[in-house]
Amino acid sequence: MSHAATHTPSSGASPNIGLLLLQARTFIALILVFAFFAMAAPNFLSAANMVIMSKHVALNAFLAVGMTFVIISGGIDLSVGSIVGLCGMVAGWLVLNGIDVGLGWSIQFNTLEICLIVCLVGIAIGVVNGILITRLNVAPFIATLGTLYICRGAAMLSSDGRTFPNLGGNPEYGSDTFRLIGAGSFLGLPISIWMLIVVTGLAAYISRRTPLGRYIYAVGGNERGAALSGVKVNRIKLFVYMFSGFCAALVGLIVSSQLVASHPATGETFELNAIAAAVLGGTSMSGGRGRIGGTIVGAFVIGVLSDGLVMMGVSAFWQTVIKGLVIVAAVVVDQAQQKLQARVALQAQAAIGK
Amino acid sequence: MDYPIGLQIRGGTKVYPGTRALKSVDFDLRMGAVNVLVGENGAGKSTMMKVIAGVEQLTEGQILMGGREVQFRGTEEARRHGIGIVFQELNLFPNMTVAENIFIGREITRGGVDIDMEAQRAETRRLMQRLEHDIHPDTPVGELRVGQQQIIEIAKSLAQDARILILDEPTSALSAAEVEILFRVIAELKRDGVGIVYISHRLEELIRIGDYITVLRDGAITGARSMVGVDVPWIVRNMIGEASKDFAKEVDHPYGDEIFRAENICLPRAGGGLAVDHVSLSLRAGEIVGIYGLMGAGRSEFLECVIGRHGHATGRMFIAGQPLTDRSIAGRIARGIALIPEDRKNDGLIQIASIRENMSLSSLGLFTRIFHMDLGAERRKVADFVKRLTVKIASMENPVSSLSGGNQQKVVIGKALMTGPKVLLMDEPSRGIDIGAKAEVFRTMRQLAAQGLGILFVTSDLEEVMALSDRIIVMAEGRIAGEFDRSKATENAVVAASAPGQERIAQEFVA
Repeated sequence: MSHAATHTPSSGASPNIGLLLLQARTFIALILVFAFFAMAAPNFLSAANMVIMSKHVALNAFLAVGMTFVIISGGIDLSVGSIVGLCGMVAGWLVLNGIDVGLGWSIQFNTLEICLIVCLVGIAIGVVNGILITRLNVAPFIATLGTLYICRGAAMLSSDGRTFPNLGGNPEYGSDTFRLIGAGSFLGLPISIWMLIVVTGLAAYISRRTPLGRYIYAVGGNERGAALSGVKVNRIKLFVYMFSGFCAALVGLIVSSQLVASHPATGETFELNAIAAAVLGGTSMSGGRGRIGGTIVGAFVIGVLSDGLVMMGVSAFWQTVIKGLVIVAAVVVDQAQQKLQARVALQAQAAIGK
Repeated sequence: MDYPIGLQIRGGTKVYPGTRALKSVDFDLRMGAVNVLVGENGAGKSTMMKVIAGVEQLTEGQILMGGREVQFRGTEEARRHGIGIVFQELNLFPNMTVAENIFIGREITRGGVDIDMEAQRAETRRLMQRLEHDIHPDTPVGELRVGQQQIIEIAKSLAQDARILILDEPTSALSAAEVEILFRVIAELKRDGVGIVYISHRLEELIRIGDYITVLRDGAITGARSMVGVDVPWIVRNMIGEASKDFAKEVDHPYGDEIFRAENICLPRAGGGLAVDHVSLSLRAGEIVGIYGLMGAGRSEFLECVIGRHGHATGRMFIAGQPLTDRSIAGRIARGIALIPEDRKNDGLIQIASIRENMSLSSLGLFTRIFHMDLGAERRKVADFVKRLTVKIASMENPVSSLSGGNQQKVVIGKALMTGPKVLLMDEPSRGIDIGAKAEVFRTMRQLAAQGLGILFVTSDLEEVMALSDRIIVMAEGRIAGEFDRSKATENAVVAASAPGQERIAQEFVA
């Protein structure tokens, strides 16, 4: 142990600086992207634009945080976009109609109750994903692809493909505050950003300071080894899909509140953006490696990039190409970092091996 | 007898970033002979073999074959020069069949497109016969035990008709009888003029089979000569440059009460029958019981039943007289059972996780209040175990994959001990680690027993089971085939008991 401090290899200095730069690469990328648009796009730095942009980013960031846990545990959750759509429809339905119990009257809910029910719906879909994967041994890709279609179909069925409009709520039932989730602000920051801060903080805490978080990494790193070490693998997997479903439900709430309407096609391809943000933030698709902080930075890179390009008037087609290039570049650099990191560790080990 | 030199390394130096793995070595590989290579882990044996096999390239120096310089830029080029290698770490595809694995990359084809499965199967069957193993060509490799997989690796290089065959610790997972088979095959190859390089940590084995010996230490050759007159002290002196580190001598201590008892443990085998067949045994506190047996005798499976890996196993178990009813692994760890698995890479460690995370994985509860983990306490605890087990590490935050085999094994042992076990199950605790680390592992086992742990360990190494055990249990075909007190056990009796139904091999060995 004490060797570590005294025994830095002489050649170690330069790769270590390189390593540091590589580790902070997503953050550096974010600063560069930011600086670029600050110069190239007028009004980019205005407070109003910042708020709008952060609201955009928040939607993807929620999903990406949930996705990060799933990917670290060695799985994938393709259903989050559909859960967003379905949960939005559930929220819209509850605000407009409540629950009709078929006795000539219906149960109406206030905003808090609506939020709870919607979150439970998201978590329940996560439970379905988890059970398919753990108990029925369906590959995560396939299981969540199935729920992707099921949830999207259910969302469409709920309104025959129509939009639930005017989700203003009713003061009598206490649901008129529903709009505030998307439109309200507290201490100058939008409510949705506060929610993101809380969820991100919670996720980061789980990943760093709780046994649950450690087990998520262990399951993704080596499932057999984790099981033999006494980790309850199935429970851990169930949790990550539940958490991912919960994050998606939050997005569903926020979107329908922001638009004061819910549309069943909301959230299509959101899952791909979430995966992209996680990967950009250094999460390994093979499991066992990744950080919540990295994912948030990754989500911001993607969000800032797309909003900035829009403001510069770049065509949507080029935007897509650029986004793709950034993701590919990120993964290539990630590989370089892994190599370098392994080398530095081996060097340090070799230095004390003598 | 004189053997022609088939391959030479002159002034071979290999520099990895930060270390010199080989320091200007001169090595002669003789054909029709067994060239034994020995040294502690990290001494450069594997590096030298990788250079010969084309996996790595020399930084300086040259390789000569038949007096002319050759350069291997890849394994393919080395293979064209007739060099085959069996790596220490298995390189098999668990999802493919035995036959597919043996012919991977050089499939027998009709017209270069259609794979001739029948020819491959026939050839595989022939190879399995030669290796005296009854493994069906269509068995997926993933279903075989580690030792059987090693046989497949050996078959793979036999199939390539290599002129030079490098065997990197081929016997580490084989039992005595299987080692005999391998030695017979090696003798045949020698007769055919094949040059064999043989790396092993089992010194007696080397002396028995070797014709030439080369000892490496810290990347330099410290001794190279014909095997005539070489004895274990000579090898050890050259290997570690000091007096022999012998197996830990026994510290006498009284045994406590019975701490673990298993009654009628049964585990169905995939293809019918029982992998573990009504095994009952008991273990006292402070006792070390060695389970010896051939590969596939059900030893590892029995330990896995005890830790709770197989949900469909039947039978009853007791810890200190209390019945063990919890079926989950976590529950059994909590009751005081800990397993050190045979397959370190796939079962023992999370390779990409840090040393700290690996060591504390089974005992995070120690540092957790409700749900909050005290990382400082975790670090202190891990540092304590690192010191107690003398694990050589640069930093506990480095990935565990950066450690040598012996140090990795110590991390696994640390993980098991941190749970505060009463019963320690060790499956091949010395597999693939050098003799220095081995002695330390054995010493640790002795100390733990003296502290009152019951230790149940499985090994295929006869010497090891004789030297370490207070009591020896021999398993064969899923059943307990014999039980010996240390004072009454003889090598012959133990080996004979391990092979019912295979008298032929047993007698040969005894003779």
